[in-house]
Amino acid sequence: MKDHYDVIVVGGGPGGSWAAKYAAENGMSVLLLEKDREIGLPVRCAEGLSEIGLRRLVKVQDRWIAHRAKGARLVAPDGTSILSTAEGMGFVLHRKIFDADLAALASSAGAEVVTKAYVHGLLLEGGTVQGVTVQYMGQQYRIRASVVIGADGTESRVGRWAGLQTHLPLKDIETCVQMTLTNIDFDADNVHLFFGRNIAPEGYAWVFPKGLKTANVGLGVSGKEAKKKKPITYLQEFVKREFPDAAILTTVAGSVSSAPFLKKAVTNGLILVGDAAHQANPITGGGILCAMIAGKIAGEVAAEAVQKGDVSQTQLAVYEKRWHQAEGKRNGLIYKIKEIVNTFTDNDLNQIAHTLKGIPPEKRSVFRILKTAILKHPTLILELSKLFT
Amino acid sequence: MKKLKIIIDHTRCDFCGTCVAVCPVDAIDLSEAKISIGQHVCTLCENCVAVCPLGILEIAT
Repeated sequence: MKDHYDVIVVGGGPGGSWAAKYAAENGMSVLLLEKDREIGLPVRCAEGLSEIGLRRLVKVQDRWIAHRAKGARLVAPDGTSILSTAEGMGFVLHRKIFDADLAALASSAGAEVVTKAYVHGLLLEGGTVQGVTVQYMGQQYRIRASVVIGADGTESRVGRWAGLQTHLPLKDIETCVQMTLTNIDFDADNVHLFFGRNIAPEGYAWVFPKGLKTANVGLGVSGKEAKKKKPITYLQEFVKREFPDAAILTTVAGSVSSAPFLKKAVTNGLILVGDAAHQANPITGGGILCAMIAGKIAGEVAAEAVQKGDVSQTQLAVYEKRWHQAEGKRNGLIYKIKEIVNTFTDNDLNQIAHTLKGIPPEKRSVFRILKTAILKHPTLILELSKLFT
Repeated sequence: MKKLKIIIDHTRCDFCGTCVAVCPVDAIDLSEAKISIGQHVCTLCENCVAVCPLGILEIAT
């Protein structure tokens, strides 16, 4: 580690590595700091994403892919099962390998990657972020940077230290537990999503195949609901019911933002990326692809700012503008739909599932499912019509 | 009167940071495998108790 870099990235997930890669490719000296001892671990993720989406961003390596899913099976509270193949193939990743390879790509571009480096404060001078304080191998370091990129996850503190409002209200966080189960008999051709007040209120349960006999099985509920009953209790009940004979390989806790994206994600000398900027999909909780998209924009904008010699909030706001164009508008709409979906009763969900039975699987797209939901729930037409005006 | 505070069952903590995400006063410090609550900053709002996926935080004396 040197004592000064053009760009310091805090957090070695996909958003952080992508920010580091693009900053380095645009001529910046870059330091990427990860608090854990190994990039990619522990895996706090269901590991599923869209094949097309990932291929748009990076050359996909076979070793990242644990399993391919042809479609999604949605299960209503009354057990009605709906298969959707309209959204294309899904990948279930080995996040451990995927994340490590993205960090390696950042490193190949010239970024210096340091693990087990715990950032515990910012260097703030005259209202501008000018670097970080790090604990590394028992020593304290003050490292300066022209731009700091905070990619430090849902639990982000980097933004707060610079005065940005990043803590999540209980209704806008999904609190999750996941078990990796093996020796299970299930349909490994599809991902499975379970809905219902007794399964995962204001959230859903998932079964993502990692192999023919192995799956990531987890669920998330809103913070509001977790106050009444804990995700771990919901999951233990779910696993006992669906997979009573499974061997449990791992249990991990975690959370994801279901908030609208952070409107103010930059300040003087600082950009926030990914979960730290509440950029995950507020309904699905998917956050890998949008974090990589944001990371790329952040890396490029940081480089432009440093080259111009202007790292002010006004200059870095170019990032907010570009991200809004790429992903933000869609994110804002999905958040509003989430607020409506959370009002659905189990009976509403059952009725939607029954209606979808009449549509062929290859036409059951997310759009079509929402349309069906609206028609089953006429008062929603008014609510949703507001979204499109 | 004894003072209330948030306590964590460290033996069961997964260090996932969910409590950190909802703390309105940034009172919780989390490194790789160490978590602590700054009791002088904590306002006892109990957001962290509410969201812990494992239910291992509680308010006590």
